[in-house]
Amino acid sequence: MHKMHNTPLGRVFDVFNVILLGLIGVATVVPFLHIIAGSFATDAELSRRSFFLFPEEPTLGAFRYIFSTDAVVNSLFTSVFVTTVGTAVSMILTLTMAYPLSRKNMVGRNVVMNLVLFSMLFSGGMIPTFILVRSLGLMDSYWALILPMAINPFNLIIVKNFFQQLPVELEEASKIDGCSEIGTFWRIMLPLSMPVIATFTLFYSVFYWNDFFQALLYINDNTKWPIQLLLQQLVTVPDMNIGELDESFYEQPRESIKLAVIVVATVPILFLYPFLQKHFAKGVLIGSVKG
Amino acid sequence: MADKAITTAAGAKIIPNVMTKKQRIKRDKWLYLLLIPGLIYFIVFKYIPMWGIVIAFQDYSPFLGVFESSWVGFDHFKFFFTNPDFIRLFRNTFLLALYDLIFFFPAPIIISLLLNELRISWYKRTVQTFIYVPHFMSWVIIASMSYVFLTTSGGIVNELLEQFVGRKFNFLSSPEWFRPMIIGQIIWKEVGWGTVIFLAALAGVSQEQYEAAIVDGAGRLRRMWHVTLPALRPTIIILLILRLGNFLDTGFQQIYLMSNALNRSVADVFDTYVYFIGITQGAFSYSAAVGLFKSVVGIVLILGANHFAKKMGQEGLF
Repeated sequence: MHKMHNTPLGRVFDVFNVILLGLIGVATVVPFLHIIAGSFATDAELSRRSFFLFPEEPTLGAFRYIFSTDAVVNSLFTSVFVTTVGTAVSMILTLTMAYPLSRKNMVGRNVVMNLVLFSMLFSGGMIPTFILVRSLGLMDSYWALILPMAINPFNLIIVKNFFQQLPVELEEASKIDGCSEIGTFWRIMLPLSMPVIATFTLFYSVFYWNDFFQALLYINDNTKWPIQLLLQQLVTVPDMNIGELDESFYEQPRESIKLAVIVVATVPILFLYPFLQKHFAKGVLIGSVKG
Repeated sequence: MADKAITTAAGAKIIPNVMTKKQRIKRDKWLYLLLIPGLIYFIVFKYIPMWGIVIAFQDYSPFLGVFESSWVGFDHFKFFFTNPDFIRLFRNTFLLALYDLIFFFPAPIIISLLLNELRISWYKRTVQTFIYVPHFMSWVIIASMSYVFLTTSGGIVNELLEQFVGRKFNFLSSPEWFRPMIIGQIIWKEVGWGTVIFLAALAGVSQEQYEAAIVDGAGRLRRMWHVTLPALRPTIIILLILRLGNFLDTGFQQIYLMSNALNRSVADVFDTYVYFIGITQGAFSYSAAVGLFKSVVGIVLILGANHFAKKMGQEGLF
């Protein structure tokens, strides 16, 4: 940071700035802390105190309850399955498509690039895509949560640009050593692309874990809902509760249970966050290479 | 190319050392193999739905399919444009986009300027670490948290308001609070993430510029105004163009999650309307027509913004 002579007014500004940004920082994380604290609190405490960061009598009751319901366990299974398989599918499709598109002398490259770019400008929209997914017989299938959004064109272009800026000599050397195109891709290009692979694996995982829109469109069977859709139904649909979904419990949705489901839906992201933070700047910077 | 072969004096043909198209395709056969899965994805999930837009000009029936359904021309469009819903949707979408532009767009710029003035680097890093977090949270989580904090029955925000202002505000289900709530959520979720690109641009500003400004007697504010802000100008312009190009893209997920029977009059935007009319009520052709209208306006806006950018001497997006 720039070191410089400071006027008294400048010092007042500094103090104000430190306090303001500190408050903004606190305002972004404190709500999560209350949610986490509340998920470990009793419902009596939640109705008595509207905000706290430490529960008076910590309890695992809410978590014990939600993990005893089929609804939450099923939805976690769906979310974990869709996130892992979806990320794998997306990465394979993105990498295999980006590599040929990065080879400048390949016949037909521009046609395919223009197809990709046009799809970013104009889309068929929700209804034709819905009709397509339905006629492919994918309703109520996990594949409906994966295939329609499998390649993010922005990610594809960033990966393509990354391959493009790798030195050409590497490719030539590997060909002289007798590597085929696929051998070059597999043995030379992919190992060099580990930072990019890490970045986009994280981005795709976050996308699949967080998405509820695909499930809202394509999944009617509530035993196949991902955790985000379950949470949405639980919190924003009045009088909905997990017990009702199980058809075995008929109690009111308790506040601590809602908070516990929010925590369960958030925690994987919080675990990924340190890695995300390490990589996203790279993602942004790699993308700025034009080509 | 074979036809470019040169005939020598002796009559023998010399093929220049350039491969024909056919040879290049043959050489790259493995590359094409790699390309195929992705290409199939784009054709199936992007281009077939584009062709599927024809149902906007039909009375599509799921039993008859796209090929057998009867054609109705522009009837759905005529109905939509003369429908009072159209004005309402346009107004709602436009106002949300406008408020977003006025209140959200400058926020990351201001925060970046302030972060740039922080001299304690560990403190700066800590603040950054905190403010990026909400970007990675799903809209469902943001909406759920909003319900927890904003509810009139025991939410902290209303408890505090009651203590200090003397009354509660029905943020979650009153039309007049819908737009401020949506913009507030966007600011809370995305303002930190929005600073990433500006801070990257500021990393390139040389110390000498600041030192020169000090020699010229510029104080803190003047340095922010005359050195830091101009360094951000190209980024600001590009992002502004992008924003104008996507002007009608209100976030479906967020609006769907925050809308309910009580605030629907201001909450309905093109995207949610297409969902409610098309998916939940099954009016496929009519809602596809509404979707097509929005897509066409969208592409016009993007191309217009790009053209405008190039005219202004900017690089443009494509």
